[in-house]
Amino acid sequence: MASIKFTLNGKSQTVEAAADMPLLWVLRDQLGLTGTKFGCGMALCGACTVHINGNAARSCATLISSVAGKSVTTIEGLSADGNHPVQQAWMEADVPQCGYCQSGQIMAAASLLAKKPRPTDADIDEVMRGNICRCGTYQSIRQAIHRAAGIKAQGGKA
Amino acid sequence: MSAAVNLSRRSFLSATGGLVLGFVLPEKTRLVAQAVGVPPPNLFAPPPGGKPNAYIHIGVDESVTFLIPKGEMGQGPTTACSQLLAEELECDWTKVRMEIAPVDPASYGHQTTVGSQAIRTTWEPLRRAGAQAREMLIQAAAQKWSVNRTQCRAENGFVINQATNARLSYGSLAEAAARLPVPANVALKDPKDFRVIGKPVKRLDTPDKVTGRARFGIDARPEGLLYAVVERCPVFGGKVASFDAAKTRSVPGVRDVIALARGVAVVAENTWAAMQGRKALSVQWDEGAAASISSAGLRQMFADRAKEKGAVARKEGDAAAGLAKAARKIEAVYEVPFLSHTPMEPMNCTVHARPDGAEVWASTQSPTTSRKVVADALGLPPEKVAFHTMYCGGGFGRRGEGELDWVQEAAEIAKHFTVPVKVTYTREDDTQHDYYRPASYVEFAGGLDADGWPVALKASIACPSFGFLRDGVDFTAVVGLSDVSYQIPDLLVDYRVAETIVPVSYWRAPGVNQNTFFAESFLDELAAAGGKDPLEVRRRLLAKTPRMLNVLNLAAEKAGWGKPPAGRFQGVAVGNGAGAFVAQIAEISINRGRLRVHRVVCAFDCGQVINPGILRQQIEGGIVYGLSAALKGEITLERGRVQQGNFDSYDVLRIHEMPQIDVYIVPSRENPSGAGEATNPQIIPAVTNAIFAATGKRIRKLPIRTANLA
Repeated sequence: MASIKFTLNGKSQTVEAAADMPLLWVLRDQLGLTGTKFGCGMALCGACTVHINGNAARSCATLISSVAGKSVTTIEGLSADGNHPVQQAWMEADVPQCGYCQSGQIMAAASLLAKKPRPTDADIDEVMRGNICRCGTYQSIRQAIHRAAGIKAQGGKA
Repeated sequence: MSAAVNLSRRSFLSATGGLVLGFVLPEKTRLVAQAVGVPPPNLFAPPPGGKPNAYIHIGVDESVTFLIPKGEMGQGPTTACSQLLAEELECDWTKVRMEIAPVDPASYGHQTTVGSQAIRTTWEPLRRAGAQAREMLIQAAAQKWSVNRTQCRAENGFVINQATNARLSYGSLAEAAARLPVPANVALKDPKDFRVIGKPVKRLDTPDKVTGRARFGIDARPEGLLYAVVERCPVFGGKVASFDAAKTRSVPGVRDVIALARGVAVVAENTWAAMQGRKALSVQWDEGAAASISSAGLRQMFADRAKEKGAVARKEGDAAAGLAKAARKIEAVYEVPFLSHTPMEPMNCTVHARPDGAEVWASTQSPTTSRKVVADALGLPPEKVAFHTMYCGGGFGRRGEGELDWVQEAAEIAKHFTVPVKVTYTREDDTQHDYYRPASYVEFAGGLDADGWPVALKASIACPSFGFLRDGVDFTAVVGLSDVSYQIPDLLVDYRVAETIVPVSYWRAPGVNQNTFFAESFLDELAAAGGKDPLEVRRRLLAKTPRMLNVLNLAAEKAGWGKPPAGRFQGVAVGNGAGAFVAQIAEISINRGRLRVHRVVCAFDCGQVINPGILRQQIEGGIVYGLSAALKGEITLERGRVQQGNFDSYDVLRIHEMPQIDVYIVPSRENPSGAGEATNPQIIPAVTNAIFAATGKRIRKLPIRTANLA
């Protein structure tokens, strides 16, 4: 067991956990942040995507020991009241079906937009191909990312 | 559909235990009064009509809460069923909240969400329930004003006195209305007056699903929860011979190890510790008879079976005579592999077993049966099991009736503990311990007349049974072929069971998903052999099925049939899915053996549309699900073991492979059909027929192996 201190959704957090425990299970089982989902455990599906120091990362393949001193943002901390431009766009476009993958999709899309405010379809493919949606919301996701870019450009909160 | 039930006031109140229009029922009273027992499991029976209280709670605070008797796995009934209620209730849509209804057979009948039946089974009962509640609210207002009921009307959450323009809100009327008898006969609106049905209102579940607040089964966190994973025998039907858990018990966080019939459960303080403990297990298996099976051996068995005499599933004219006299005869063999459902949320179930009852959290399509499964495992009457139907992270049939092994297993484990236990499948567990879409094999023979038109067709199907045989025919194994709309004078579809030990069950559009590929591919072969345009052949053979012909023509017009962009090729397929009429045209290219699906045009007629936004989602989602099967899906077996595990060996369609999908919905006032399982079948032959157009190569076996296209 190790004591690991990091910043979680803007607040200081210390956890006692096996050093090789993935961040995903610390978030879900120890801290009760269940918005981040388990899909594969091997960084193959993107359902567990969070931000670490602002970069999208697969929490299922991120050892808790490796986030010591870093800043982790989960879907619960992406915005105070669900009004991040990506969340706004997702609501306007009614993207989710079952919704299970959508936390990961949204976190991946938010990271993409932070780096590329006006992503092309190719940019979207490059980043979002790591996130599986079994319900097939891909066309809506693509449209919503473009919409979110527009919201952000018009001064939406990021 | 059920007629309205004329309930006396007394029976109305006693059935529900309270003044439900006025007050939200406390949780505990929702689980009482089930002495009537579970009705026979007629899965498609509508919930008993005539009890608005079971579906509608109007609070004195003006809140309107709908209790939806269907599961939400993305297909949208929590919103669409709310629209049915709201349409007749005349409430303010912006104030509507929904909850998934508790398990309560007395109020809702047998609750299950399978077969694309959510709208078909609620279309009339929920509108009737809404209308009954509205009439009770109007009656209550009329009594308050001491006026005739006919002087009043309901609008947007108010009852209005048409003589005085006085208004009373639903919240202020709810308590009085709840004391009135439920009217037996209510008139339902003319569809031309619909204000909510058919409108693209936003999904009610979206806000929770974009903020991480939505609770799926896997998110259950009752007090004291322990976490389990299970090492199951890798061979179907195998058992534990012996195991050594000494190393497992020394893994930090592991609490216990439990022997089960088909495996060993490791129970720990968190999921990760349970997974680590499982890795340290040493298990000797009694693998049983299935240890010798392989995909190659199974395929030979299917091929042998197909030669045997079959039971007749559909017969028109005399296929043998028709084939004998045909000017040309064409034969072909088609086959598809086993497939896994692969919902994004792996199977999981949380059970708290107590001496006097139990509590369950499960993302299930079939809560009534799930509750009974837990009750039976724990030796409890079902009404002693409090059941939380959680959001499903995808279902596609895996969470439905007859596939609830994951629920039973969780109960078996939980009975060893006084605290709740959550059992979670890993992705590999989910892929390797599924109830699969069965492999299937069909031998076709087709005959053309002297002018090249199809006149005879014989399809000999060998497929595992889904468990229900009538006169030797398993309806699910043949549907999609046995019900083809094409007018072919001499037609025979027959079936023989190709039984394997591989567990099989319903997978999005059961039967239809493979048989549409078979039917639409071979019809395309007949068209090509006769030198005909595949669209023209279909038009001719569908002349007496106007709704199918209409979607075919619509798709052809919108896709620009026969005029694809340079370098691209088109394929067409039609089919009846979930009662809907569907035509799809795929536009593809192949460059150096690399297949790309650029665009799909789908024309769709499902009768009355409830929510066009959700309908589009289902149409697109079905196409994506079908494309995954066409391009990637294959479960294979060696030594009785499934060879695929995680997404590296069982991949699915991803966004960079996504075609543009253009959907055209036919406006209609026909009664609504289903939609969730309507569009995954046709996309597969639309693509493979386009491949034929591009290369002259006929894809007769799935998935499509692009190496063969170079």
